[in-house]
Amino acid sequence: MKRRINIWTNVDWIVVVIYLLFLIFGWINIYAAVYSEEHTSIIDISQRYGKQFIWILASLLIAVMIIVIDSRFYIFFSYILYAAVGILLILVLFVGKEVNNARSWFEIGGLSLQPAEFAKSVTALALARYLSKQGRNPAVFKTLLVSLLIIFAPAVFIALQPDLGTTLIFLSLVLVLFREGLSTYLFVIGILAAALFIATLLVESVYIYATLVVAGFIYHLITGRGARISIKGLAIYLITGGVLYAAFYFIVGKVPLELVFIIALVISGLLYAYYIFRHKARYALIALAFLFGSMVFTYSVDYAFNNILLPHQQTRINVVLGIDSDPTGAGYNLNQSKISIGSGGFAGKGFLQGTQTKFKFVPEQSTDFIFCTVGEEWGFLGTSFVVIMFSFFLARLISLAERQRSAFSRIYGYGVVSIFLFHFLINIGMTIGLVPVIGIPLPFFSYGGSSLWGFTILLFIFLRLDASRDEHLV
Amino acid sequence: MYGLKDIYSNRKILFYAIIFIAAIIMLSKLFALQVVNKTYRISAENNVLRYVTQYPARGLIYDRNGKLLVFNQAAYDLMVIPGQTKDIDTAEICSILDIEKESFIRRMNAASEFSKYAPSVFLKMISSETYARLQESLYRYTGFYVQTRTLRKYTYPSAAHALGYVGEVNNDEIKADPYYKPGDYIGKNGIEKSYEPFLRGRKGLKIYLVDVYNRIKGLYQGGKYDTISVPGKDIVTTLDIDLQRYGEKLMGDKNGSIVALQPSTGEVLALISTPDYDPSMLVGRIRTENYTKLQNDTLEPLFNRALMASYPPGSTFKPVNGLIELQEKAVTRNYEYFCDNGYYAPGIYVACHHFSSFNMVGAITASCNTYFCNAFRLLIDNPAYGSTAEGLKIWRSYLSEFGFGSKLGIDFPNELTGFVPAASFYDDIYGKNRWNALTIISMAIGQGELGTTPLQMANMAAIIANRGYYFTPHIVKTIDKDTLALDPAFRQKNKVSIDSANIEVIIEGMKGVVNGGEGATATWIKIKDIVMCGKTGTAENPHGPDHSIFIAFAPEKDPKIVIAVYVENTGFGSTYAAPVASLMVEKYLKGEIENTWLENYILNPPEPEIKENKNEVNEEKEEKVEEKD
Repeated sequence: MKRRINIWTNVDWIVVVIYLLFLIFGWINIYAAVYSEEHTSIIDISQRYGKQFIWILASLLIAVMIIVIDSRFYIFFSYILYAAVGILLILVLFVGKEVNNARSWFEIGGLSLQPAEFAKSVTALALARYLSKQGRNPAVFKTLLVSLLIIFAPAVFIALQPDLGTTLIFLSLVLVLFREGLSTYLFVIGILAAALFIATLLVESVYIYATLVVAGFIYHLITGRGARISIKGLAIYLITGGVLYAAFYFIVGKVPLELVFIIALVISGLLYAYYIFRHKARYALIALAFLFGSMVFTYSVDYAFNNILLPHQQTRINVVLGIDSDPTGAGYNLNQSKISIGSGGFAGKGFLQGTQTKFKFVPEQSTDFIFCTVGEEWGFLGTSFVVIMFSFFLARLISLAERQRSAFSRIYGYGVVSIFLFHFLINIGMTIGLVPVIGIPLPFFSYGGSSLWGFTILLFIFLRLDASRDEHLV
Repeated sequence: MYGLKDIYSNRKILFYAIIFIAAIIMLSKLFALQVVNKTYRISAENNVLRYVTQYPARGLIYDRNGKLLVFNQAAYDLMVIPGQTKDIDTAEICSILDIEKESFIRRMNAASEFSKYAPSVFLKMISSETYARLQESLYRYTGFYVQTRTLRKYTYPSAAHALGYVGEVNNDEIKADPYYKPGDYIGKNGIEKSYEPFLRGRKGLKIYLVDVYNRIKGLYQGGKYDTISVPGKDIVTTLDIDLQRYGEKLMGDKNGSIVALQPSTGEVLALISTPDYDPSMLVGRIRTENYTKLQNDTLEPLFNRALMASYPPGSTFKPVNGLIELQEKAVTRNYEYFCDNGYYAPGIYVACHHFSSFNMVGAITASCNTYFCNAFRLLIDNPAYGSTAEGLKIWRSYLSEFGFGSKLGIDFPNELTGFVPAASFYDDIYGKNRWNALTIISMAIGQGELGTTPLQMANMAAIIANRGYYFTPHIVKTIDKDTLALDPAFRQKNKVSIDSANIEVIIEGMKGVVNGGEGATATWIKIKDIVMCGKTGTAENPHGPDHSIFIAFAPEKDPKIVIAVYVENTGFGSTYAAPVASLMVEKYLKGEIENTWLENYILNPPEPEIKENKNEVNEEKEEKVEEKD
C-alpha cells in the first residue's frame, strides 16, 4: 500500500521558508548581539555568530537528511530513540560538564551537546507512537497515566540537572493529550492546579485564598439560580471572617489570616452544604469542591515548599520563577531587557546600532534574551514581525497537523506545535515581563547548536511525516 | 487508520485561540513598551552616558615673599577602550610613547581584562612633548583618547620636605574619604598633605552621550547635569625660599636639619632636612621609580629630620633647665658654683673643662656641665617638693609648657613628640623611691633619655627670644589670600610660667656665647653689627661621631629670627652648626653675607683639620658622663 510520490514537492515549503527566514533573522541578531569591531568576518568561529553560522549549516544538512530518510523510520524507532535519549539524560547527570551549577552538557571534543534539547522531539515521537495505537484515548485513565509517564519521565531527569526551564516545556505536551481526548474537566483542573501551584510560589497564599473565594462567589452568582443565596453565603462568610479576625486581633494580638480564611469558609460552607442538599445543585457542589480543593492544594504546596524543600532547592525554584532572578538587585534582567526593547521605539535603532545590546547590559543576550536585540535594533516593526510570523508559523503547523491522515503524524504534529508554542510564549513573555524569567531559548533565534539542532529535528521530522501523508496508510 | 473518525478535531480551536490571544497580548505589550512609553528610551540613554571626571588644577604654593614655589603643568593620561582599537601600528605608537613592545602588549592586555568597552588608563602622565607628537597621529588610533590632568612642577629644586609630594590614592585613603576614586591624586606629605582639602579643589563631572562606537555625541542634556571643577586654593607659605635654599646650600652633603622661625609669629622661615631630594623627582611617570630609589637610600632622604628625628639636645638644653632652676629658685641669678674640671657627687663624676666659678650667666656662656649638674640636683631633689619624683614632675610640667614631650601642633603630618621621661619611667627601671637627681643627672646637660626634635629646639629658642611665649609653629601664612581658614591655634599666644627677668638672665648668657664672655663657646661666628644670642650643643651619637647643634636668635632686642641647626656626625656644636646658624641669620637679616670667609669655610671646608685655622674655636669638652657605680 505505497504510493510513489516526490518527497521534495510534498514538503510544506511555506514552513520551510519561515524556518529559513527565522534562521537568517536570528543569525543577524546574534551577530549584532556579540558584534565587535575587531571581529568583523561573519564566519569568525571564535565568535558566537561564526559558530552559529556553522550550526545553521549543520542544521540545514540535518534537515535534508531527515527529509531523505523514510518516514516509517521515525515511527518504528520512536521508542528506541526515546530510550536512547533517556539513557543520555541519566548519563549527563554523572558525566556531564558542570556549567552554572547544572549538569546539562556533554562535552565531546570541542563540541558541547545538550541532550535535553533532543529529548523534546523523541518524547513527542514516543507519545505519538503510544497514543496512535487504535483504541487508546487519554480519556481512559490507564492511557492517561502511561502518557503522563512518557511525558514526565525525561522531564524528571532534566529537572535533576537542574534545568527547570526545559522541564516546564514538557508540560506543554499535556496540550496534546487534550487534543486527543483528555477530559475537559481534568484538563481544566490540571491547568488550574498548575496555575495555582505557580501562583502559590509567587504570591502570599492569603491573596490566593481571597482570590479563590471571590472566584467561587462569582461562579456561584453566574451559575446559581438566584443571587440571594450567593449573597447570603458571602455575607455569612464575611461576618464569620470579620468576627474571627477581631477575635484573634483582640485576644491573641496576632491574626493568622490563612486560618481565618479557612475557618470562615468551613462555616459558610455549611450554609452552602444545606443549600446544596435542599436543591440538589450540582454546580454549587462543584464550586464548593473547587474552593476547598484549591485551598487544600495551595496550603499543601505552601507547606511542602517551606517545610520539605531544602533552602537551596527553594532558591533554585525561586530563581526559575524569577523571584530571585539576579545577583545585582531585584529584576535586573527584566529591567534591562525592557529598557533594551523599549528603547528600540517604533522603527528601532538600526542594525548594529543597539547601545544596550552593544554594551552587554542584558545578560544572556545572544541566547535567552535575543529578543531584546530584535526589539532594540528593529523596533516595534521587528518585534511585531517576529510575533506575527511565529503565530503564523504555529497556526500553519496546526493546520498541517490537522490534515494528517495518520493519528501518529497528527499527534506528533501537535507535540511539535505545543513545544514551539511554549517556547514562544515563555521566551518572549519573559523578555517583556509577562511571565517570570525562565531561561529557555527562542526557537531558531537564540544562539546555541544543541537547541537549534533540536528544534530543526523536531520540526523536520514533522515536515517529513507531513510530506508522506499520502504515501503510507499507517 | 485512514479515515478514522477524529471526534476531537474541534479542539484545535483551543490552540488557535491560545496563539491568537497570546499574539494580541504580546503585540499590545510591545506596542506599549516600544511606541507609547518613552521612559525606556531615557533609561537606555542613561545606560550609555560616559562620565568624564574633570580634574581641577591644584592650588599653587608661594613663599612668604610671593615667590612661586609650586605650580601645575598639564599632563596627559592616554586612555584606551580596547574593544574599539583596530589595526594598531604597534611599532609606531611604541616609538611615540617611548615604551617597549612587551610593555605595550602587557598594558593592552591589562586594559582588555579590565573591560573591553570601558576606558582604562593605558599610559599615565605622558609629557606634553610626547603628547604633541602623539596628537598628530592619534586620529589613526581609534579607541585611544587623551585625558588631561595636571602635574606638580617646582620652581626650585628645594624645600622638598616642606612642600611634600602628591601621589595616587591608595585603598586606605579611598576608604577614609569617598571623595577619592581610584586613580585620583592626593597630597602624601608636607604641605601637600596637611592642606590637601584646600589645594585639591573639587572635581567636576562632564556627562557625555556616547554612541554605539563609544564616540562622544555631545553633552548629555546640553551639560545640564555637569558639574564644573573648582580649582584648588592657592597657598602662601611662611617659607623664605631664599633662606631655605641658602640653608640647603650650606648643609651641602652633610646630614642634618635646620629650622628657622619668626619668633613673633611662629612662622616657619626655613625647614631643611638633609639629605633631601629634588621635589620634581616625585612627579609623573618617574615617580614610582624614584620613590623606590629614595626609599631604599640608607641616608633616608625621605625622612624629615626637622620634625621626625629625636635627638638628645645636649647643651642646647641648658637654657631651659636654667630657666626652670631660676624660676623655682633652686638657684638665684648670682649663685655661683665652682667647676673643678668636673662635677663630683657621691658615686658620680661628670666631666667638664673649666677651673673657675660660674653664676648662671657665665655657666650658659661657658656651657659649664658642673654648674648645671649641681643646679639640676638642687632643683629635682629640693626637699620642699617632698620627693625626687615630685621634683621631676614639676620640672616636667615646665618642659611641657615649652612643648617638649608632645607634638607642638605644626601644620605638618608626622610630627614627632620627642621624649621627656616621667617619674614612672624611672620607677619601672630603678623601683619606686630608689632613684634621685644623681641617677638622672645626665638630663641636667641634655643627655640621657631626653629626646627632642629640631623643631622643638627652635621653638624653645623662640620662647626665650619672645621672653616667655610662643606661637605654634606653622608653615602656611594664607590660604587663598585669607588667614581665616588657618587653624586658630596659630594665632593663640602660648605663655610659659617663667618670669621675663629670669629669661633675661639666660639671654645674657646666650649673648655671651657668641659675643664674648668667659669660656664663650662660639665667638668666632659673631655677626658684624648684629647681636646674636646662641647656644652650642653636642648630641651624643652611639653610632658614630657626635651631632653638632646650635640654637640661636637675633637680634637680641626684638628678635626677628630664631634658628636651630643640627649637623650630624660633625662633632661639637661650635664647629659646624654654629657657623651655619650664623650665616643663615646674617642672610636673613642683612640679605647678603659680609662674612664671606665664614661662608667659604662652610662651603669649602678646609681639609682635614679645621681647628688649626681658627684660634677662636673654643673647645668644649662636655657631655662626658661617666657613672661610677
